[in-house]
Amino acid sequence: MARLTIDGRVLEVPAGTNLIEAARQIGIEIPHYCYHPALSIAGQCRLCMVDIEKVPRPQVACNTVVSEGMVVHTETERVLETRKSIMEFHLINHPLDCPVCDQAGECGLQIYYMQHGLYDPRMMDEKVHKPKAVPLGPHVMLDAERCILCSRCVRFCDEVTGTGELGIFNRGDRSEIGLFPGTELANNYSGNVVDICPVGALTDREFRFQVRVWYLDTQKSICPGCARGCNIEVHVSRRRPHHAQGRRVARLKPRFNEAVNKWWICDAGRYGSDFVDDDSRLQAPTRRDGEKTLEVAWTDMIPLAAGLLRRYRGDEIGVIASPKLSNEDLFLLKRLCDALGVRAVDYRVPPARPGDEDNLLVRADKNPNSRGAELIGLGLSDSREILAAARERRIKCLWVFSHDLLASAWPEGEVLDGLLGAETVIFQGTNANATSAYAHLVLPAAAYPEREGTWTNFEGRVQRFRQAFPPLGRALPDWEILGRLLQDAQGAPRPARAEDCFRDLAAAVPAFAGMSYRSIGDAGQPVRAARS
Amino acid sequence: MSAPAAAAEPILTRNFGRADSHTLEAYRETGGYAAWAKAREMEPAAITDAVKRSNLRGLGGAGFPTGTKWSFIPKGHAGPVYLVINADEGEPGTFKDRYLLERDPHALIEGMLIAARAIGSRLAFVYVRGEYVVPGRRFSAAVRDAYDAGYLGRGLDIVVHRGAGAYICGEETGLISSLEGKKGWPKLKPPFPAIKGAFGAPTIVNNVETICQVPHIINRGPEWFAALGTKTQGGTRLYSMSGRVRRPGVYEASVRVPLRQLVEHYAGGVTGNGRLKAVVPGGASAAILRADEVDVTMDVDGLKNAGTMAGSAGVIVMDETVSIPEALMVVARFYAHESCGQCTPCREATGWIYKMTERIVEGRGHKEDLDTILDVARRGAGTTICAFYDGAVGPYISYIEKFRPEFEALIPHG
Repeated sequence: MARLTIDGRVLEVPAGTNLIEAARQIGIEIPHYCYHPALSIAGQCRLCMVDIEKVPRPQVACNTVVSEGMVVHTETERVLETRKSIMEFHLINHPLDCPVCDQAGECGLQIYYMQHGLYDPRMMDEKVHKPKAVPLGPHVMLDAERCILCSRCVRFCDEVTGTGELGIFNRGDRSEIGLFPGTELANNYSGNVVDICPVGALTDREFRFQVRVWYLDTQKSICPGCARGCNIEVHVSRRRPHHAQGRRVARLKPRFNEAVNKWWICDAGRYGSDFVDDDSRLQAPTRRDGEKTLEVAWTDMIPLAAGLLRRYRGDEIGVIASPKLSNEDLFLLKRLCDALGVRAVDYRVPPARPGDEDNLLVRADKNPNSRGAELIGLGLSDSREILAAARERRIKCLWVFSHDLLASAWPEGEVLDGLLGAETVIFQGTNANATSAYAHLVLPAAAYPEREGTWTNFEGRVQRFRQAFPPLGRALPDWEILGRLLQDAQGAPRPARAEDCFRDLAAAVPAFAGMSYRSIGDAGQPVRAARS
Repeated sequence: MSAPAAAAEPILTRNFGRADSHTLEAYRETGGYAAWAKAREMEPAAITDAVKRSNLRGLGGAGFPTGTKWSFIPKGHAGPVYLVINADEGEPGTFKDRYLLERDPHALIEGMLIAARAIGSRLAFVYVRGEYVVPGRRFSAAVRDAYDAGYLGRGLDIVVHRGAGAYICGEETGLISSLEGKKGWPKLKPPFPAIKGAFGAPTIVNNVETICQVPHIINRGPEWFAALGTKTQGGTRLYSMSGRVRRPGVYEASVRVPLRQLVEHYAGGVTGNGRLKAVVPGGASAAILRADEVDVTMDVDGLKNAGTMAGSAGVIVMDETVSIPEALMVVARFYAHESCGQCTPCREATGWIYKMTERIVEGRGHKEDLDTILDVARRGAGTTICAFYDGAVGPYISYIEKFRPEFEALIPHG
């Protein structure tokens, strides 16, 4: 530990801490562009200069580690003048095309010019021209004129992904970011360079020109794309519904979590939210009547579905639950199965092709809550045997959650025989698929940004996702559909909120004992087994 | 006016007159490798101590005491230590290392053997400027001969590495980056090269001429060497004389030779209209001196007191017919072209200042341009990773401050 003084305040920080991080701990932001806590120190932008007593010249805070007794000043006349000068240098060749730049509103140049620049421009010569609108890969577009050459993107590809696609080419004020010959920026994490680019040089090809960032609302969430459960922010466009073709999810951004995903998310997760606003969304409860599909009000659907379930003996019902359901949903489903005496319950359906995996974040299991389903006890049986039993008419009512069994690793004929063998097929999920087409009853579920809940990641960390906007059409959160069915089956009062379900879960399932939404917080909390 | 202080006896240039001076035979005939025979019997610390006492200072530009630099290698370091020779001579107006590589390559090899012993290095690199094709070939041939003769390969290996023509690779950490196979970008300090240099190992980077002095210090003693110079800087050095002089070329003289004597005596006087206007005494990065300021000695401290620097001792002479604004434009173009682009102030300001000087020379200057250049120059000074920009600031400010009316005359309605 080292004790030092920053702007008159004494603090103690671990040895080896740099001055940007030390100052951050007492709420002082030393402006910087090239420094990023996940990347090596570059010291290129020269914006983070501070005065240190007994040192003749201002020093960069990023490459200065604390030492005992150090006295740092971040706001001396000299520091403020230096910042102003550096801002001018950053901006003399910048095109100042904010009105057509997607970064506007969240741009480091705009923010720091207002905070630390505010000089009278005096550059009257022709600016340096560089390539614009250059696709670097499937997701990232480069505008080299907007680039301040902080090298964060280069260091990301060198140090985090180890893929090394990017370099800085040429020299002096002709320097520009570019791809090494024969490469493209197509690694699994390419979108992160857009996040760490402090200016509008790297923009997201999907997000470009869709909606202005100041119209966006944000909500904390969890990526549903795999068992990692990366922490994300859902950025929602609702105030300008005519923007972005009416999609409510404007973009996903990583949310820092030291224990899970640090600063990053993979491209599959980042660009995997299309299903939320997709045409395939199930928006109303329906029942099939011969060739016709009829919409049914929830007030009619709940007794209808509950009545159907009651009509069969427990051993005539098979449930293929989903590891995409939340802990809350799965807990209520377990209770309902117990109440109905259903033992043919599983959640595992193998994908047609094994999922890809890497050693950074991506997990082969493309479900966010396999661990939760296992801990809550949904793996009583075997999905394939349940289907076989349906084919053999031993199971008469088949209740499938979200899976497209016809897109699984199992032979299509085997699946079809099972679906056609059951007298009654109930499908509950967010989107229609080939399996839902065989359902007699369809119960439309809210997608994850439309509801509250928790998932348990592969390491046993329980993490909350929150509602960003209301469900589409008449879809309901799974826990609510299951709560209503449970009420109908047992006459039990139904939970009003997801949090109520979680409270019951924590009381009933030992792995979750002692946990609450409060204790999970924004960073998540490991289940009991994972805590020891 | 001090008395002429020319070295009575040529030291670094003693063999330059022989057509075969680059050969091992010629080098041995004139006492070559005797210093190495002596040094290999000395304790490494004693070698460093001798170099310290000789007051040898780096002759590449910064003038840092050489023995002191060597002593920065961590004591008892277990891994490799590298000696790197900076033969990337790129400072405009400087061409003396080229002469040493071409005409006395074994002096460098012998100096390297001694220096490597002092710092505990078994592998040394010589980073030769890309444009130096003949010097590179001459030196490589000498290295082969030194291997054949058994000087190399028995405790010291030398790798000759050719640069690709970037000025910044003459900056010691830029050179190290380039040597490592990376883009030639200077590195953040700390860590300093003596602690963590080439390939992460403690590294000493020395200039060609500096190391060529070392055998003479060992042969004739540090006191003899120190006595050739001033109290704080020993020896002779090579002066690259260029510009408007009758006999441009490389001349050896004491580190304390008067500048006027270099111009008038060694280089044969001023050409053009014959009247001296200005002198840049230490390579392009040194501040310019007006004709009335040239009565200074060329040692590190003498020129520092005159507000400029000894630098690489590249002396550029201008007569009255030289346009200072045009000269500044050429210098500014050089810095804009050679800035590595790593640090924002240098990357942006060098280009901007070049555009302003070009505009002024073309008669499109604005009256605020001169103050803008001075302000931009000062604002960027001291804010960058390496000394490149501070080097550029020397000419930016001194050319304008000392010859302002000449600039103003070019500015319409100025």
